[in-house]
Formats: sequence, structure tokens, C-alpha cells
Amino acid sequence: MSELSKVQQKKIHPHKFTLWVALGSIIMMFAGLTSAYIVKRNQDGWQGFELPRLFWYSTFVILLSSVTVQMALRSFQEREMSRYRLMITITAGLGLLFITLQILGFMAFEAAGMKMIGRGSSPSYSFILAIGGLHAAHVLGGVIALLVMFIKAFSKRSRSYNSVPIEIVTTYWHFVDVLWIYLFIFFSWLN
Amino acid sequence: MSNEATVHVEQGAVHEVLEHHDEHHHHETFITKYVFSQDHKMIAKQFLITGTIWAIIGGLMSVLFRIQLGYPDATFPFLEDIFGHWAKGGKIQPEFYYALVTMHGTILVFFVLTAGLSGTFANLLIPLQVGARDMASPMLNMLSYWFFFLASIVMFSSLFVETGPAAGGWTVYPPLSALGDASQGSKIGMDLWLVSMALFVVSSLLGGLNYISTILNMRTKGMTMTRLPLTIWAIFFTAILGVLSFPVLFSGFILLLFDRHLGTSFYLSEIVINGKILPNEGGSAILYQHLFWFLGHPEVYIIILPTMGLVSEVMSVNARKPIFGYMAMVGSLFAIAVLAFLVWAHHMFVTGLNPFLGSIFVLLTLLIAVPSAIKVFNWLTTLWRGNIRFTPAMLFAIGFVSMFISGGLTGIFLGNSTLDLHLHDTYFVIAHFHIVMGISAFLGMFAGVYHWFPKMYGRYLNSTLGYIHFWVTLVCAYVIFWPMHYEGFAGMPRRYYDYSSWESFKNFVELNKVISFAAMLSFGAQLMFVFNFFYSIFHGRKVTTKNPWHSATLEWTTPINPGHGNWPGEIPEVHRWAYDYGKDGKDYIDQTTPVGKDESGH
Repeated sequence: MSELSKVQQKKIHPHKFTLWVALGSIIMMFAGLTSAYIVKRNQDGWQGFELPRLFWYSTFVILLSSVTVQMALRSFQEREMSRYRLMITITAGLGLLFITLQILGFMAFEAAGMKMIGRGSSPSYSFILAIGGLHAAHVLGGVIALLVMFIKAFSKRSRSYNSVPIEIVTTYWHFVDVLWIYLFIFFSWLN
Repeated sequence: MSNEATVHVEQGAVHEVLEHHDEHHHHETFITKYVFSQDHKMIAKQFLITGTIWAIIGGLMSVLFRIQLGYPDATFPFLEDIFGHWAKGGKIQPEFYYALVTMHGTILVFFVLTAGLSGTFANLLIPLQVGARDMASPMLNMLSYWFFFLASIVMFSSLFVETGPAAGGWTVYPPLSALGDASQGSKIGMDLWLVSMALFVVSSLLGGLNYISTILNMRTKGMTMTRLPLTIWAIFFTAILGVLSFPVLFSGFILLLFDRHLGTSFYLSEIVINGKILPNEGGSAILYQHLFWFLGHPEVYIIILPTMGLVSEVMSVNARKPIFGYMAMVGSLFAIAVLAFLVWAHHMFVTGLNPFLGSIFVLLTLLIAVPSAIKVFNWLTTLWRGNIRFTPAMLFAIGFVSMFISGGLTGIFLGNSTLDLHLHDTYFVIAHFHIVMGISAFLGMFAGVYHWFPKMYGRYLNSTLGYIHFWVTLVCAYVIFWPMHYEGFAGMPRRYYDYSSWESFKNFVELNKVISFAAMLSFGAQLMFVFNFFYSIFHGRKVTTKNPWHSATLEWTTPINPGHGNWPGEIPEVHRWAYDYGKDGKDYIDQTTPVGKDESGH
């Protein structure tokens, strides 16, 4: 038994490993979409665009949220539970703000005359909505995970000092952050 | 650190559960044991039984459309009694025919040979053969089954909507699938199809993550990667293929949903339906095909790799010989897994693909023949001079190799773009892929079911019925698909509803009857297997020893009916590879036996 756990000690926690594989899977999905975008861009009838300024703000917000989620993890490890609760709350709030800004960004995009959906829409613009929307859905998933952490942190019945769940959420949060940075640069350069 | 503490605590918890088992004081209710079970063995059984039900439905569909193809002029009034206006006047209507073909493909490819096959054997064998109490995350594992169940419910309900289920082929190519006005099957049935498949993708991702994580992280002491049985290697590569390719299919579906409901034009351009010009511009239907086949090709290996693993294991055990060329087997699995991602465009030679690009895909496609041939060679040399025990499982394993050779050879024809242009839309392709991934995969799966049934239920399947099942299935499979090669050479197109109006295909009328008859007979044999399966769960001959097949792998060191946690005491330590058969004059040495001083190395 003790020997067995010694062997296990050197290894990454299985749940964390599972997360990394899952991230690989999400990468494949966005790789599929962005390569479809590249192929489409090199064909006739591609219509260029400029990203609305709102997307700069949302990029700043999600970068900031990565800082706060890291601070939440640090607080948890230092057993500063009140600061931890504050930080995950702020992070979840920033996540929701990011999603709101994205939606406003899509609306500004439409308002500029570049139709993403419906009659007269162009696939060039629709891609922004499909890819950006899918990313926002992943951020929403992160927010839901944070809410679960939040409820757990306020639960009186059980106290857990196991940091694996918050480590997993933190990694995921950084991942959706980096993913957005990738998409943002992608849309800004290849438009 | 905290990390280590968790692992420790979790193991402690499992130990507690086990002690409860020993004392027969377990607190499991019917719900936690049989319905929302987190025990990998129960989840495996759930996948197997759900897959079996789907196989009956999907098989029945093929019988129905074979009735149309074999007897295009006859009427069967009982069909109208059952299916109403779908079989008006006792004759299967064209819309019904296309719905049947589409759903037959979807059900068999995804619900039976992906979920039913991987779900069953990955869940059953991974923890048992690597020496783990359960999967890395039993919770995700349970969710994987329930997402599959939801997907099944949605797909099943699509069979009963007024406009019928999806009917644009199992590949659901746009523009047909994107436009509700284009056909009956592109209305609500298509939406249900997409929702169901999205749930299915989630299920298979959750499953795949767990399989990879468990194989890499949860092996018992001494179980190095090169001591793993080939079943586990095969499932490992299958899971990697699934995790990397299903998301791409998912992104293809998302764009399709956008086109269907948000008026976008990802796949649509310059289309006229019933004289009405559609506004969509700038899309490309080929884009969907790329996204689809980027999954679609790995998908055929997701189907066949697990059965290759099962067959290797069953064959070695029943030939009483080590598997020939273990590392070559692993290497060829790896090679197939890599090549799987590089050949998708060979499904698209007829779309007007750039011939230069085509030639690259031809080369990569033909390269797959190399690892496939290595595997076949190794199976044959494993059989060579073995003390073969012809159990039903072994017969199915040998049948698998026979089918895989027959189907693999025609793959070399089709991999050449020049030949493919002629053969692609004919029965030759139907014959090829049914033999190489349909029948082969089924035979491999049956080998697995007959071999591991004693581990699942503590009872044997009836062997006599098993032998009848094997021979009828094998003969019928060849009678069904062999003649289709000739029909394909003669140019008989696939997907058609009725061939009787073509002078050139009139000489195939009798042949089509023979094929249809064999299809029905074969379906009957499968029903007999299903009877055998369910009967044996309750009334089969009981297993009396832990290791009925004298197999060297770990799953046979567990009790006959293992509880949740698999081993009552410590997890055994592994000292050798999984294939010490007939070594140093001993019939077999199981993996837990330490290597003796006087023993020769391997």
C-alpha cells in the first residue's frame, strides 16, 4: 500500500492528466475551425473586415481574469480562505463580463454592416460568430466550474483542503485565456 | 504535497469499500448498482446491452432495404401494417428506403461499433488488465454512458417523427442535409440527428479521456507499457484517435447547424430548390467533407483497432503461443493511428480534388497496407504450429483475419485514385467497407464477447449455438458481399432504390435475391446469438475456476464475480509480459508469477 502510493507520488494526478488530454481535444476542435477559415480565406469571394474595438477590451478583461484566478489558487494554497472566495468571485465576474463584451462585440460587428447571420450574410463574417461564440461557450463552462467551487467554498458541512479541483479550474481558465489570445491574433492578422 | 495526499485518501476509500464487500454488508441500492453505477464492469455491460439493442435495430433496417433491393417488384402487405404510409401498398417507399440506409449506417458505425464496441471492452478490460480498482474518474465514466444513453434516446425518437429520420446518407453531406426544403429527411429528423450526434461526441470524448488517463496513470506495480496486453495498446490508440478527431467532426456539425438555422452560408452557394433561388452565397460543400472525413477516416480505425487488440489476445490464448512480434504489433498499431489522420481525402477523390494532392493521398493510403500486412503476418504466424483450441471465440478471431485480408485487398484497389474514380460510386465500395470494417469488426467483437463473457457474468455462452452462429455468419457474410464486388466492377451504382429499369443491371436480379436471402439468414443467426446472450446471463453454465481459458493476463486473477474494486486484497504485482505461453515446458505462466532464476529471458 505505502509502496504503491510512493509509485503514484511521482506521477501527475490522474484528474489533471485527464484535463490536459481534454485540452488537446478542444485544441483540435479550434484547429479544425481555424483551418477551415484559412482555406476559405484563400478562395474567391472572401470579404475582409476589421475587428471592433470592443474585442480589445474583452481581451484585457480575460487577461486580468487569469491574474485573479492565479491569485485565487495562491490564496487557497496559503489557506487564506476569505481572499480565495473573493478572488474566485471576481474571476467569475470577469468571465461573465468577458462574455458580455464578446456579445456586444458581435453586435457592433453586425452594426458595422458586416452580416454574420441571416439573408445576405457572408461566411467570412459568420466564422467570427461561430468560432468566437464557441470560445465564449467554453468560458461559460469555466464560469460554471467556478460557481461550483464557490458553492463548495461556502459550504458549512464539508471543508476540503484538497487543491486539485482549484488547480484544474485554474489550468482550464488559463487555457481559455490563451485560446482567446490565439483567436484574437488570428482574426486580427488574417482578415 | 496535497496531490499525494489525495491519491492516498482515494486508495484508502477503495479499501474500505472492499472490506464491506467481503462482509456482504454493502450499501449499494439497485439504482447505484445497476443504473447509475460507477463500476467500470457494470458500465461495460450497459454499453454492451445498449449496443446490442442498437445492432438489432440497425440490422433489421438492412433486412428491410434488402427486401426492396432483392424483390423490387413484389409487395408485402404486412410491411404496410407495420410502417403505414412509409410502406404504402406493401412496398418500401423511396423516402423510407433512404432513411433506412442512412440510419443503418449511423447506427452501426457510431452506436454499435464505436460506443458498443469501445465502450464495452475499454471499460471492461482496461482496469482489469492494467491492474486498477477502477477508471481514473469513475464519475466521468458514468457520464460517458449516460450521454450515450441520451444520444440513443434522441436518435431513437427521430425514427418516430412525422417527416422521418435523417435520410441524406450517414455522412449527412450538405447542401442536402443543410436545407429542410431539399428532402423529407432534412427536416426535424436531421436536427435530431445532429443533436444526438453532438451528445454522442461528448460521450465518446468523456470515455476516451478516461481510457487514456487510466492506461497511462493507473497501471499496477511492474506493469510497464511493454508488458501491457495488446488489447490495451489497441484501446489506447483508439482512444487517442477519438479524442483528436471527434472534436473536428463536432466543429463541422456546428457550422452545419449555423447553416440550417441561422441562415449562414458556410456550406451553401448558388442553390436552386424547386425553381426557387436561394440567397446563400460564398459557401463550399467540400469544406464539410474535409471536416467530416478528418473524423470519418480515423473513425474506421476507431472501429477496427479495438477488435485487432481483442483478436490478438484471443488468438494467443487459444493457440497457446505467445503473440508473434509483440513490438511489431504495437508499432503497427501506432503506424495505423498516425496514418489515420493523413488519408482522409481518399474519400474525396471524386469531388474534383486536385490530382497532385490526390496522388499524395494515394501514397499515404497505400502505406497503410504495410502495418496492416505486418499485423496479418503476425496473426498467421501466431497460429502457425500452435496447439489451437477451436473455441467459438477463437473461430471468430480466425474469421476476423480472413475477412480482414479479403477486405484489405480491395482497399488497395480503392486507394488508387484512378481506380477509385470508376469504383467509388458502385457496389464495390459497399463490399469493401462492409467486409473490412463491418463484418471484421463484428467478428472481432463476437470473439471478445465469447471470450470475456465468463468474466462479465460468471457464466459461459452456449458453445453449440456459438459454432452455428459463427459458421452461418461467416458464410452469409461472404455470400452477401463477395458478389457485390462483381456488381461494382460491372458499374452497378450504390445508393439506388431500384435497378430493374436498367437493361444493363437486369442480369443481377437473381444475384440480388441471393444477397437479400443471405442477409435475412444472417440476421436470423444474430438473433440466435442475442437469445444465447440473454439466456446465458441467467441460465448459462457456471464458471467454476478463476481462469477458465488458462490465460496469463491479470483479469483472470480476480474472483469469478469480482466486486467493485476488482481484487479483494492488494492489487497483484506484475513481473512479466502478458504472453508467456508454452514457455520452458509450462503451458502458461501468468503475469503475477515472479521470473524464476532458472528461467530463460524473453
